[in-house]
Amino acid sequence: MSAVVDGHGHGHSHDHGEHPGGYGGIMRWITTTNHKDIGTMYLWFSFLMFGIGGIIAVVIRAELFSPGLQFVNPDLFNQLTTMHGLIMIFGAIMPAFVGFANWQIPMMIGAPDMAFARLNNWSFWLLPFAATLLILSFLMPGGAPGVGWTMYAPLTVQMGMGMDFTIFAVHLLGMSSILGAINIITTVLNMRAPGMTLLRMPLFVWTWLITAYLLLAVMPVLAGAVTMTLTDRHFGTTFFNAAGGGDPVLYQHIFWFFGHPEVYVVAMPAFGVISQVIPAFSRKPIFGYASMVYATSAIAIISFIVWAHHMYTTGMPVTGQLFFMYATMLVAVPTGVKVFNWVATMWKGSLSFETPMLFALGFLFMFTLGGFTGLVLSIVPVDIQLQDTYYVVAHFHYVMVAGALFSAFAGIYFWLPKWTGRMYDETLGKIHFWLTLVFFNMIFFVQHFLGLAGMPRRIPDYPLMFETWNKVSSLGAFGMGLAQLLFLYIVVKCIRSGAPAPQKPWEGADSLEWTHLPTPAPYHSFETPPVLK
Amino acid sequence: MPILSATARFPRAPSIAACAAVVLGLTFSGPAPALEWNLQPAGSELAADIHDLHEYVMFLCAAIFVGVFGFMFWSVYAHRKSKGHQAEQFHENTTVEMLWTVIPALILILIAWPATRLVVAQKDTAAADLTIKVTGIQWKWAYDYLKGEGEGIRLISTLSTPREQIEGHAPKGEHYLLEVDNELVVPVNKKIRMITTAADVVHSWWVPAFGVKQDAIPGFLRDTWFRADKTGVFRGQCAELCGKEHGFMPVVVRVVSQEDYSKWVGDKKQALLAQADDPNKKWSRGDLKARGEKVYAASCVACHQASGKGMPPAFPPLGGSKIATGAKPAHIDMVLNGKPNTAMAAFGKQLSDTEIAAVITYERNSWGNHAGEVQPAEVKARRR
Repeated sequence: MSAVVDGHGHGHSHDHGEHPGGYGGIMRWITTTNHKDIGTMYLWFSFLMFGIGGIIAVVIRAELFSPGLQFVNPDLFNQLTTMHGLIMIFGAIMPAFVGFANWQIPMMIGAPDMAFARLNNWSFWLLPFAATLLILSFLMPGGAPGVGWTMYAPLTVQMGMGMDFTIFAVHLLGMSSILGAINIITTVLNMRAPGMTLLRMPLFVWTWLITAYLLLAVMPVLAGAVTMTLTDRHFGTTFFNAAGGGDPVLYQHIFWFFGHPEVYVVAMPAFGVISQVIPAFSRKPIFGYASMVYATSAIAIISFIVWAHHMYTTGMPVTGQLFFMYATMLVAVPTGVKVFNWVATMWKGSLSFETPMLFALGFLFMFTLGGFTGLVLSIVPVDIQLQDTYYVVAHFHYVMVAGALFSAFAGIYFWLPKWTGRMYDETLGKIHFWLTLVFFNMIFFVQHFLGLAGMPRRIPDYPLMFETWNKVSSLGAFGMGLAQLLFLYIVVKCIRSGAPAPQKPWEGADSLEWTHLPTPAPYHSFETPPVLK
Repeated sequence: MPILSATARFPRAPSIAACAAVVLGLTFSGPAPALEWNLQPAGSELAADIHDLHEYVMFLCAAIFVGVFGFMFWSVYAHRKSKGHQAEQFHENTTVEMLWTVIPALILILIAWPATRLVVAQKDTAAADLTIKVTGIQWKWAYDYLKGEGEGIRLISTLSTPREQIEGHAPKGEHYLLEVDNELVVPVNKKIRMITTAADVVHSWWVPAFGVKQDAIPGFLRDTWFRADKTGVFRGQCAELCGKEHGFMPVVVRVVSQEDYSKWVGDKKQALLAQADDPNKKWSRGDLKARGEKVYAASCVACHQASGKGMPPAFPPLGGSKIATGAKPAHIDMVLNGKPNTAMAAFGKQLSDTEIAAVITYERNSWGNHAGEVQPAEVKARRR
């Protein structure tokens, strides 16, 4: 439930269209401290990385179209799967939601900008350098690391210089995330308009606040893991080498202590976007606002005690397996509450199905499916069959793509009018949704069957019994890739020649950016805070 | 003890799958291979229990899914603005919210109970009839029969699918990528305890039909067990990314009757005795080279390639290389001890003196190299 706002709260002057003093052209973007400019850069950067990661995915699926080796050798194949994962998680999904946070949080809480404007600039500008390092690793002797995005020891020790590039890139990405998280926490806690109490904040702001705390807690852990990898490689330490008293499995514990909360770092802002979109198109307040906040917090806390469910096959004691199984199953309860609340929000509403709502419904349906396969995987004996198979690949793509990516699309279509002052092409938006939905399921639904039947992940070639589903999956991937070119076209068309958008194009939208700010939103969102009852 | 005997087995292929099959049939006309939908047929009671547990959980999930999205799609159908539906403004209901917190928690208990029993059974490796140590090596499996009938047997199990099939120069065989030179042989209806470890990086030993997957961790021992309840050949693959040839290290287990097993153990021991080469025998260069070519094809070709050109820089060429054309002791040491922190493994424990001498001789006399022969005794002398 968003804050109720009185009708005469915006007497401040608007200066939209202007940008900060002095600089034009490229220097404007390099020096900007404006949350909207930085948000825009995050989003375009994210789309570029999405393109690169997507091209890599298409090459992987081309190799897997038929059994045998056709296009890439096994060494390069491992490099591609590694880079696909790292680029998509750290380059595409996370920056996309930081972009949303930058654009939306000041507007939604009635603030003029983020708390630390220069820090904000630096948080973004670390990213292009990190991405360059990451991609340059392909050109190093030995190529990019072929270790998977999880970078398990001691395989990492066998890699060439590309591994070090990747480690430094991860350090930079982590710094960027930590700085961004500090900025978001400070902004949300200190810069809310008078009357915008914590429990009146839009849920998008809530989920980002919790996400920022998760980032602060886990990014340093990842930095520690990759630093230990670095010193094992070059400085004679043996953190992960039994010959010197270390333990390869220790790496996995540290990595997944980061890695599991990381899943929610990606998922929670997505929950936040969906919690804005569904009420808007249901023309009805979100059901169970308080329980949404509590459920999100509960998921965040539980996410710290479930990490070893990624490690059931490493051979832990029976009590360890049982503890992590029960803790993991527990995640289903607060996640269930969220899904029920979304469905209850729609119940007896007055629904319409513009593109943001379609993507939100796609999210709800398929994220829940990914949640159920997560429940299946939480069960130790079943997981032991499915660990490191395509079932797991299908599961986490339902969470990462149908979850995070679909909600990012929902958010883009939802806020694009406010950001650009123009409407996107609704018909093309709907076509984009249906193409993405169909091709996504074509890629990943069949991978459940492959995993059940016993196809391991991260293999460049496979036994003949897996051929048909791999062909279906690859065809889906080619279609999915093409469908995203349509998305690019829609966004560019909207910016260039979309019809002018009204202040509140969505009848049911009720947060401050719709009720209090003109369209397009002014450069400095609220120069005087809005008055909230 | 089928722990889920109370739950019925549910149909394997749901109707949505059947629809998809029809669509696929239209897409891929011609003789399509059989479609895989589900876990492989169980070859042990434990695997059968896992199947039942999986289907039980799937059934519960499907029921909840249909229920929840039944509500959603009813909303989508009935409460739409285009039909003139007016939005109600309710936004909380404590009773309902309590119910949908408590009921899922209770359903979880229904899942946790049978799962817990199976976890405990799966971890019970006591009282094994036969104990076998399996060592993951980039990229093959070594089996040591440690305890029980067959004690002392050692096998090294490497992919036997020819490279021509992988590279598309020859038609692919029935068991493409799932066939090895030396299969693990075990007796039926006996409890087999597998101790896993690894020589280089983390691998994972997996036989889907037995419901067994256990990581093999360098420097540590882990264990698991299975009891095959029918004879036959069961195939799996390495399940943990272990470098370049991760996709090419299958696990093949041949389950035989007790009589056949005893006979196999006898034959194997005889053969091992006969095969044992005398490391002091002097070989001709031609014989060494011929033997070495076979060793090379099994142990070296994946990285250094049949052409000897390798895949630089990670996998260096051998034709004209400093090591393969330089002093013999350095070459012998490299093959015996490997190169730390690279994929070059230490072959000292995998290959005999004769095999190492043969492969070195082969490498020193192929691809334009003319660097003399190495006799088994020279290899023996450099072992530490």
